Amino acid sequence: MKIINLTINNQKISVPENTTILEAAKKIGVVVPTLCFHPDQSIKANCRVCLVEVKGSKTLSTACSTPVFEGMEVHTNSELARNARKTVLELILANHPQDCLICIRNNNCELQSLANTFGIRNNSFSSVVERKAIDLKNPSLVRDMSKCIKCGRCVEVCSEIQGINAITSGSRSKEFEITTAFNKPINETKCVLCGQCSLVCPVGAIYEKEDITRVQAALDNPDIHVVVQTAPAVRVSIGEEFGLAPGAVSTGKLVAALHRLGFNKVFDTDFSADLTIMEEGNELLERLQQGGTLPMITSCSPGWINYIEQFYPELIPHLSTCKSPQQMFGALAKTYYAEKTGISPDKIFVVSIMPCIAKKFESARPEMNSSGFRDVDAVLTTRELGRMITNAFIDFNVLIDEEFDAPLGISTGAGVIFGASGGVMEAALRTVYEIVTKEELDKLDFEEVRGFKGIKEAEVNIGGTILKVAIANSLKNARIILEKIKTGECDYKFIEVMCCPGGCIGGGGQPFGTKNITREARIKSIYEIDKSMPLRKSHKNPTILKLYDEFLGKPLSHKSHQLLHTHYGKESK
Amino acid sequence: MSKIVELITADCGKIVPDSIDEYVKALGFEGLKKAITMNPIDIISEIKNSKIRGRGGAAYPCGSKWEHLYHIEHGPKYIVCNGDEGEPGTFKDKLLLGKNPLKVIEGMAIAGYVFGSNDGYIYIRGEYGNIQKIFQKAIDNAVTNGYLGENILGTTYSFNIHITTGAGAYVCGENSALLNSIEGKPGRPRIKPPHLAEVGLFGKPTLVNNVETFSYIPYIVKNGAESFTQYGTEDSKGTKLVCLSGNVVNRGVYEVSFGITLKELIFDIGGGIPKGKNFKMGQIGGPSGLCFSEEQLDTKLCYSDLRSKGLGIGSGAIIVIDDSNCIIDYLKCITEFFIHESCGKCTPCREGNRQLLILLNRFGNGAASKEDLETMKQLSSTMTFGSFCGLGQTAAKAFLSCYKNFKNEFENHIGKKCSAAICKFKEGEI
Repeated sequence: MKIINLTINNQKISVPENTTILEAAKKIGVVVPTLCFHPDQSIKANCRVCLVEVKGSKTLSTACSTPVFEGMEVHTNSELARNARKTVLELILANHPQDCLICIRNNNCELQSLANTFGIRNNSFSSVVERKAIDLKNPSLVRDMSKCIKCGRCVEVCSEIQGINAITSGSRSKEFEITTAFNKPINETKCVLCGQCSLVCPVGAIYEKEDITRVQAALDNPDIHVVVQTAPAVRVSIGEEFGLAPGAVSTGKLVAALHRLGFNKVFDTDFSADLTIMEEGNELLERLQQGGTLPMITSCSPGWINYIEQFYPELIPHLSTCKSPQQMFGALAKTYYAEKTGISPDKIFVVSIMPCIAKKFESARPEMNSSGFRDVDAVLTTRELGRMITNAFIDFNVLIDEEFDAPLGISTGAGVIFGASGGVMEAALRTVYEIVTKEELDKLDFEEVRGFKGIKEAEVNIGGTILKVAIANSLKNARIILEKIKTGECDYKFIEVMCCPGGCIGGGGQPFGTKNITREARIKSIYEIDKSMPLRKSHKNPTILKLYDEFLGKPLSHKSHQLLHTHYGKESK
Repeated sequence: MSKIVELITADCGKIVPDSIDEYVKALGFEGLKKAITMNPIDIISEIKNSKIRGRGGAAYPCGSKWEHLYHIEHGPKYIVCNGDEGEPGTFKDKLLLGKNPLKVIEGMAIAGYVFGSNDGYIYIRGEYGNIQKIFQKAIDNAVTNGYLGENILGTTYSFNIHITTGAGAYVCGENSALLNSIEGKPGRPRIKPPHLAEVGLFGKPTLVNNVETFSYIPYIVKNGAESFTQYGTEDSKGTKLVCLSGNVVNRGVYEVSFGITLKELIFDIGGGIPKGKNFKMGQIGGPSGLCFSEEQLDTKLCYSDLRSKGLGIGSGAIIVIDDSNCIIDYLKCITEFFIHESCGKCTPCREGNRQLLILLNRFGNGAASKEDLETMKQLSSTMTFGSFCGLGQTAAKAFLSCYKNFKNEFENHIGKKCSAAICKFKEGEI
């Protein structure tokens, strides 16, 4: 590797070739401000906030995009560079609504933070803000394009990570905008409502449709019994909303906060994740034994369901008929739990705390009411829960850990790993192996299905039969596998697809600014929780066994099918 | 009219543009015939020795560009001719494409031979619809007669030229935006590096030259570099097509030897200012170029002399403005053009041009202050030094050069005085 010697602000530094000025500067503690730059994305250099002076160059250079060269002399704080950067920021601000105090990204906005670090006190430029209609026409995602600063990050994640291309840049000059085809509302595009765009947006232009008011109203109504379920991935991210390190395990504080907010029962989606494994594992065995449609593909990620319904409807028979853990939980809360407690289901309000915005859409699907009542009444993202806790003036960080309530709060390590890509597969393998072989697994950790890789494959010997499985991490990778199924080149028997990169821990409802480095920390925590659990196999969950004994009968029973399974295919968006 | 030297325009209007017979009679295709007997590296030497620089506006030494591409080992390589002549006041490519298309074709075919390329693309601007038809006929006739297509002139060399076009976006004249447009993508400039010689059209090594540049190639190959370098000055060799427009008697395209002064161009060739008015300023290179005042009229048309006066030759457009015009009014017009043509991708160009117009309007309606002048200077500097591509980098140059030459006119406007009586100030308002 060739080493390049240069100076930045007169400090000598040697870095490998192809290092950018931005990266080199960082190494010696020289901060160059950025805005369109995102560590997980391609270099765009379109905001021009990172302009620096390179001696001998006839223009200023963007630190994010300019590779170093031998003998380069960089000045990041020359008068020319400083003034140009400030002017660029003022130009952006002149075309940005200055309603920071009531913006969803107040205190969590990259532009606001830049304006603060630049010390902008007035703006020589006239405001040219044009208020555009806010797109509220779907249950999940809000797009307020008046706030868009045209960095292009959302377009890249939609196209390069998910392969959807629901949004793109259109028009030119002052009309240049991030838009949809024919400028239609997002629900009339192929958007799957994954919300990855909201994670990369530096400002308050893309966010979830908030449902806090409705949840608060239920909590305030003494006649309503409000139960809450929390998804596996939320416990390793909610702490970030309160300044804790990425991946900080905050399960006990999360439960305590939910109790403080007034939820009558705090339950765990991990419980219904265990239940999903019982149903889905048995469904897989049934398909294997009875010649059903293979490969079978998981169905717990609602963004993924939206994807296959719109892009590959002909492959829907491959989907497991299982509802997602969120919906299974809701169906049981309104039946099994209602019966056990004697509370009328019409008085039960089910809230989910999800790392996901597509879950909002899923819960609103008309068919998700098999008990005669809505399975789930309201879905809040991790971010919304953070806001609720803050709004209730609860000091999250000093809360004493509390336990989930029984019965629907009892779970295993197999349930919690649903939060990471490969987790559903691993949980299923743990159970399927033991059901088939009737032997105990020596090693519960299926390392080959874990991690951040786009497509993961494994072959598992189950009582002499080799089961070939695969995991797709994000939709662009799912497409690769689906194309193989279509052409008949696919010899997998079971496939897990998670819509969002890294699985639910990287979901579109997770804290703003979630990056791959954050995702990795959360994945690590998920597996640490699994390892610390006394029970790590879904079929050993005593509450699940009791549920079958008292209520459902057995996996894939008539009642299970009625409450816990569904049929996909309607493009109900 | 002895100041006119017609190396590449002599046949324009004298021959039927798409006629192979007439082109050959005018000694056309001699360059190509000679080229295919030569070693490609010797052709590049000839180009280098001619010291010809790119005629699109950036004036990059053509030989160096060719040499760089030649040494790139992977392929296939593409030849692209930039005929998206969008700079207002520039219509020289229109003349070459419409009146002598076979010379452009010959130049591209020589380039194709040098780089072992089999495909060339010419991007002719959407507004030149009729010329596209003429050019296509010229291509077809060249193919029929063995000067283009498979096995050119009985050799194993094959080269095809494809015409592409856009919908009129000025920014597509920027080479990387042009390649995106050919590929069917939005015409917005690409990030560099990588350079187009390495990652160009369809991600392959690519030569992009202007129509005028390609037109000189057959001459240089046929007659040798020395024949070319006998024209021009020490640092600016050969001839240049200049487009005279605006308040000048003889508007049109003129091929002149480098070294002629701006005064000779405007007053001798151009015939001076019509209607008894006086010269106020000129803008060289079109709206993206710089404005010059009467004091700079003795500047020679050559790269070094122009540069020493802070000017540049750009596309070769010279827009002449008489004293009935107001600087503010003129700049408003220029800025409106850039607002219309900015691709919108980068902040300084997208937001800067619209803010520049807001500021100019304040000068135009009597609402400007001294602070506005400072804001304009800072904004223009940011656009010039901080924009993503040449469009934004040049958009504020007209203002900067006008401010330098006509500072008092800006100050007069702050005091609600417009010497040309064009700006209408509202009474009693500041």
